[in-house]
Formats: sequence, structure tokens, C-alpha cells
Amino acid sequence: MPDIALGHYLIVGAILFILGFLGIFLNRKNVIIILMSIELMLLAVNINMVAFSAYWHDLTGQVFTMFILTVAAAETAIGLAIVVVLFRNRGTIAVEEINQMKG
Amino acid sequence: MHYIMFYIFATIAIISSIRVITARNPVHSVLFLILVFCNVAGLFLLLGAEFLAMVLIIVYAGAVAVLFLFVVMMLDINIVPLREGFLSYLPIGGLIGMILLVELVMVTAGWVIPTGNLLATTTHDLPNTAALTNTEELGKVLYTRYVYQFQTAGIALLVAMIGAILLTLRSRSGVRRQSVTRQLVRTKANSLELKKVQTRGGV
Repeated sequence: MPDIALGHYLIVGAILFILGFLGIFLNRKNVIIILMSIELMLLAVNINMVAFSAYWHDLTGQVFTMFILTVAAAETAIGLAIVVVLFRNRGTIAVEEINQMKG
Repeated sequence: MHYIMFYIFATIAIISSIRVITARNPVHSVLFLILVFCNVAGLFLLLGAEFLAMVLIIVYAGAVAVLFLFVVMMLDINIVPLREGFLSYLPIGGLIGMILLVELVMVTAGWVIPTGNLLATTTHDLPNTAALTNTEELGKVLYTRYVYQFQTAGIALLVAMIGAILLTLRSRSGVRRQSVTRQLVRTKANSLELKKVQTRGGV
């Protein structure tokens, strides 16, 4: 059915994954950007899953993509709630200033 | 035609995900994130996964991105100092990212896709899906073979919902709220008192 090679999709997924990774690395100031980067990485994994699923005509990949979407939504909700609580208590969401648990 | 659409979607997705991590304003980041999701939904459509494409748009662009926007706008973050330290982490981050990218591309390029054999082993117990749409196929598999995982995903969402409510709920003191119970149990007898005021005496 698809006439584009599987490798194309895998490379797009790899690039998106690397960009999400870089987003986590480079943003030391904003937790929300880090959450968005995690979303990007999960999305890259989803691209790979759907690409493999389409090329092998096996729906398991798409089913698991749905589970990944569910878990990602739950993770975003919890993460943003934690960010809101953090901002309420500390008045900042900079990553470098979250060091209370350093001991 | 498929190629052109693929390259358009892929290019816009990659460029806007670069903008997600480099945008100065978090609101712009969220908007570019929505653009990434819409373009990846286009990629899913090209792959024949229509249901997931629509779910991606509804769940991500409709719900998660709005959640992000809410939080970004609710927290009063000043934009300029948030960007400090970007350049100091760029060398090490860029180095690790490049290494990872080269590794992934080498794996992808040097890997031979097995055909036939694996197809025969994995799909034999799936329903015959020649004449069905993607959504129907997905429903048939999701509600039969993966029903326990499906329920577990529902429980995960429930736990996340309760956790998010519990984390952000707070009872502030000094806020006057309506208490229906107290209003209903008030009677004339215990709330109204008649006093005889003496003439020229004052209260």
C-alpha cells in the first residue's frame, strides 16, 4: 500500500527524537519546554510504531501507539500539575533552581 | 504524489519541532508543537492509519496542547531570563545529539527489513482485515486481543486525573464560599432575634 520506503519514516522519527532529546538538554530554564520535548520524543516513537505496523500489515503497532498516546496524555497532565504546584510554592519553574532535594 | 506529500509533512514537522525547542516565547513553542502534531497526523494518513491520525489531532492538538497553553499562560513567566544558558549547554548537547543521530541513521540504513517470514508468524490470529477500514480493524483487535491492556490504559488515565486534581487542589483560608447545607439548616428561630430598643436609650 505505501510506496514510500520504511527508512524514510524511520529517519523522520529519528530526527524528531533527537530534537526532543536536544530540547531536554538545552533548556535548563523552563520545565514546560522539557515536557514538550518529552512529547516530541514520544511522538517520534509513535511514528516508528505506525510505520512498522503499516509495512508489516500488523495492527499491533497501531494498538500500542494508542496506549502510548494514553500514557503520554496522562504524563502530561501529571507533569503540568506538578509544574503548577512547583510554581505556586517556589515562584519559579527554572530547572536550575529546583535543587531542594540535593541533600 | 505520495512522495511530495511525505516530504512536505516531514519537512514542516522537523522545522517546527526545531522551533519548539528554540522559540523564545513558550506560547510560540506550544503553537509550533500543535503544528508538529498536525503534520505527523498527515504522515499517519499517508501510512494508512486514519484513526490514529484523527486521534492525534483530537487528543494532542485539541486537549494536550490546550492544557499546555493553559499552564503557560497561567504561570507568569518572564521570557528573557528563561533563555539564559542555552549556548553554554549547546556544545555538549549538540555533540551527544549528533552521536545519537548518526547511530540511529546508521542502524536504519544498515538494517535489512525481513519480509514474509515475520508476516506469517505475527498476523495469523488477527481477523481477516481485507475489506475493513482502519478504524474497524483497530476496534476489532483492540476490544478482543488487547482488552486487558485497554482497560489498564483507562485505569492509568483515571489515576492521572485523580493525581492531577489532588496535586492542584488547595483549600485557601479567608475565601467566603457558599455552603448550601448551612443555608438550608438556618431557620427563622436561630437567625433572627427581636430586640426591644428602649426609647432614648440607644442600642
